[in-house]
Amino acid sequence: MSALAGTVVGGVRRARWFITSLMGDRAYDVYVAHRSARHPELPAITERQFWIERYREQESSPQSRCC
Amino acid sequence: MSDSPSKARAEARTTTESRDTGEVAPAGDHPLPPVAVPVDEAAKPRWTPAKIALWVAIGLLGGVSWTMLAIVRGETVNAAWFVFAAVCTYLIAYRFYSKVIERHVVRPDDRRATPAEYKADGKDFVQTDRRVLYGHHFAAIAGAGPLVGPVLAAQMGFLPGTIWIIVGVIFAGAVQDYLVLFFSMRRGGRSLGQMARDELGRVGGVAAMIAVLLIMIIIVAILALVVVNALAQSPWGVFSVAMTIPIALFMGVYLRYLRPGRITEVSIIGFVLLMLAIVGGGWVSETAWGIALFTLDTTTLAWAVIIYGFIAAVLPVWLLLAPRDYLSTFMKIGVIGMLAAAIVLVRPEISVPAFSEFAGGETGPVFPGSLFPFLFVTIACGALSGFHALIASGTTPKLVHKERQTRFIGYGGMLMESFVAIMALVAALSLDRGIYFAMNSSIAATGGTVEGAVAFVNSLGLTGVNLTPDLINQTAASVGETTIVSRTGGAPTLALGLANIMQQLIGGMGLMSFWYHFAIMFEALFILTAVDAGTRVARFMLQDTIGNVIPRFKDMSWRPGVLISTAIMVAAWGAILIMGVTDPLGGINTLFPLFGIANQLLAAIALAVCLAIVAKRGSFRWMWIVAVPLAFASVVTITASMFKIFSQVPAVGYWANNGTFQAALDRGETGLGAAGTVEAMRAVVRNTAVQGTLSIIFVTLAIVVIATALVSVVRSFRSGGGVETEDAAVPSRTFAPAGLIATPEERRLQAEWDALPAGVVDAPRSH
Repeated sequence: MSALAGTVVGGVRRARWFITSLMGDRAYDVYVAHRSARHPELPAITERQFWIERYREQESSPQSRCC
Repeated sequence: MSDSPSKARAEARTTTESRDTGEVAPAGDHPLPPVAVPVDEAAKPRWTPAKIALWVAIGLLGGVSWTMLAIVRGETVNAAWFVFAAVCTYLIAYRFYSKVIERHVVRPDDRRATPAEYKADGKDFVQTDRRVLYGHHFAAIAGAGPLVGPVLAAQMGFLPGTIWIIVGVIFAGAVQDYLVLFFSMRRGGRSLGQMARDELGRVGGVAAMIAVLLIMIIIVAILALVVVNALAQSPWGVFSVAMTIPIALFMGVYLRYLRPGRITEVSIIGFVLLMLAIVGGGWVSETAWGIALFTLDTTTLAWAVIIYGFIAAVLPVWLLLAPRDYLSTFMKIGVIGMLAAAIVLVRPEISVPAFSEFAGGETGPVFPGSLFPFLFVTIACGALSGFHALIASGTTPKLVHKERQTRFIGYGGMLMESFVAIMALVAALSLDRGIYFAMNSSIAATGGTVEGAVAFVNSLGLTGVNLTPDLINQTAASVGETTIVSRTGGAPTLALGLANIMQQLIGGMGLMSFWYHFAIMFEALFILTAVDAGTRVARFMLQDTIGNVIPRFKDMSWRPGVLISTAIMVAAWGAILIMGVTDPLGGINTLFPLFGIANQLLAAIALAVCLAIVAKRGSFRWMWIVAVPLAFASVVTITASMFKIFSQVPAVGYWANNGTFQAALDRGETGLGAAGTVEAMRAVVRNTAVQGTLSIIFVTLAIVVIATALVSVVRSFRSGGGVETEDAAVPSRTFAPAGLIATPEERRLQAEWDALPAGVVDAPRSH
């Protein structure tokens, strides 16, 4: 029974990881991880600030969606 | 002739930069496991009896399914055979043909770092889990295109469309996506336009750039036309689609000010609101004020879309485009899964013949022209879509973790889109044929009335079709519409087909109208996102071009430049859209071939660039893998263009039509065919002139690009290869499996990497 519960919990966690990765929820975490590993000297950036910059960058390099 | 020069070069490169074992220099003082499965192990799969049995079974099931579709001629054919034939063929092509392409043309090397690794910036260049990237890439390539083309192509019967979608994707569409993705990745994520300039020189590059811009405009215009046609005279549809704007604005504000980064959360909220908007649309469409307010004709709707397109493209990304994008990604993945499940569970019987009465002629009411070449341009997305080359050379190559994953993402991603096209075809085929033709024949043929539609469809002489006014009225009432006559453009037909299938699974006839408007809604959502994004990209390209003369235009934050360029681009597609809705001959059936031709010409351009690159890499023996689809796409599009330009049949040739109407005007006639007034006749003359001119421009540009590519190939052939335009190789310091499911070797390696102490590798860990 507990093995089954473990499988279910694992499955739910994986599904959650997949959907949030796909939708982009984790973009800030990924960026923070990158920054602390490669550029620890840079000041911390808040999630709010990160998204403001991200959308500003999207504005200056638009990507098309397909038909 | 021989691929030795480049092979030798490639070997020299890798041996100097990383050792043959694939091991990497230690990070700090910690040694790293190998970054790649050794080449001979990756290339030679071990055939166990179980594996052989599995592939034999897949082959047999596929073979039986194709036999049921192509040879057995019963009264009806079950939709399940379409699904099995498609899936089995995809699996075999993916497992065997894409491996051939990988080994002989692409030659990926997992010991080389991808741009996501050597250019890592945590934002645009990020090593992304292959399964997540697959979803990303699929969401970016699949939109309304594969849902519309197959519906129109159902006119020819079920077999031509099915064969082209499945065979086309294997030998053309998926090959193009795979190669463009890989070559762009090897060049740091360079765009198709830049690659064209690098590989084909100045003339070819400029022609490719102009072609891309024009194609973008025509595609946005025709997608917008599909939405306009779907929403005309439909207060329900107009209300629920209009509600997506406030919903998206709310989501944007929520993400900006309340909970930044909670994208899934806000998408779920948005989705719930969207469902409420659909239900609300049903109530609104039954009130007097709702009918008065939201029943709009095509011209009004076209202007609404034009104004929307302008505003959406100048508003900040976070306010409208991004949240709409999240919604459509969310819906896309969910709806496609739901649809596949529904078709497999419901398994509708299809009574459309394999080849219809129109397969042999060129006077079909849905789209004019003979099967060859027009079937192949009507179904573009789903079989071969040039537009994908823009995506495969955009965001995706910057996110690839390991080189060998490009097969799964590029080739595999396109197979999934092809499957979407098959499902759309099945949905259209499952409808009563009389209803299908009543919905898809232009208003010029049916007069827009039930009686007119009945008379017209019954005059077509279709076997087994006896359309009655009752059937049309009942169908319209069942989906909550006042009329379904001449609802051209594919979207309403698909929505009806889907609603028909979904209601058998969930809800019964009571939910029929909900499912119909649900389908209309998600098509409109994809299209409006594409319109917005397409306008932005086109504006960006225009600003960049004008910037060469007036430097200030290159500054994307200079508002006047943004506003002027957006206005020019919106005016360009808006003009074509208005032309489409006011066209006396029906609009979509004359314009849709132009959409397909444009899309396929872009594919020909992308394949031409790939061919030039393959030649420069010196692999001449396997060049046919690119040359065959390129030749086919070129022949199809150039022939189709020639028909459109030179055909003497007025329904087919733009100039023939132009001449007929001009001559009638000169004779002082005041009406001809569907154009009942002098004004309408002048409109036909004007529209056909524009369409004919566009055809000439497209075909000229494509011929220039293909010719410059061939020149480049010949030059490479003479010198046994060419100058590589790839980025310099950087040794990789990370590992990930290549395909969806990790092989035993990959799993072993992955375990070694997972066992490393934290902090040794800074690549993101996947689950």
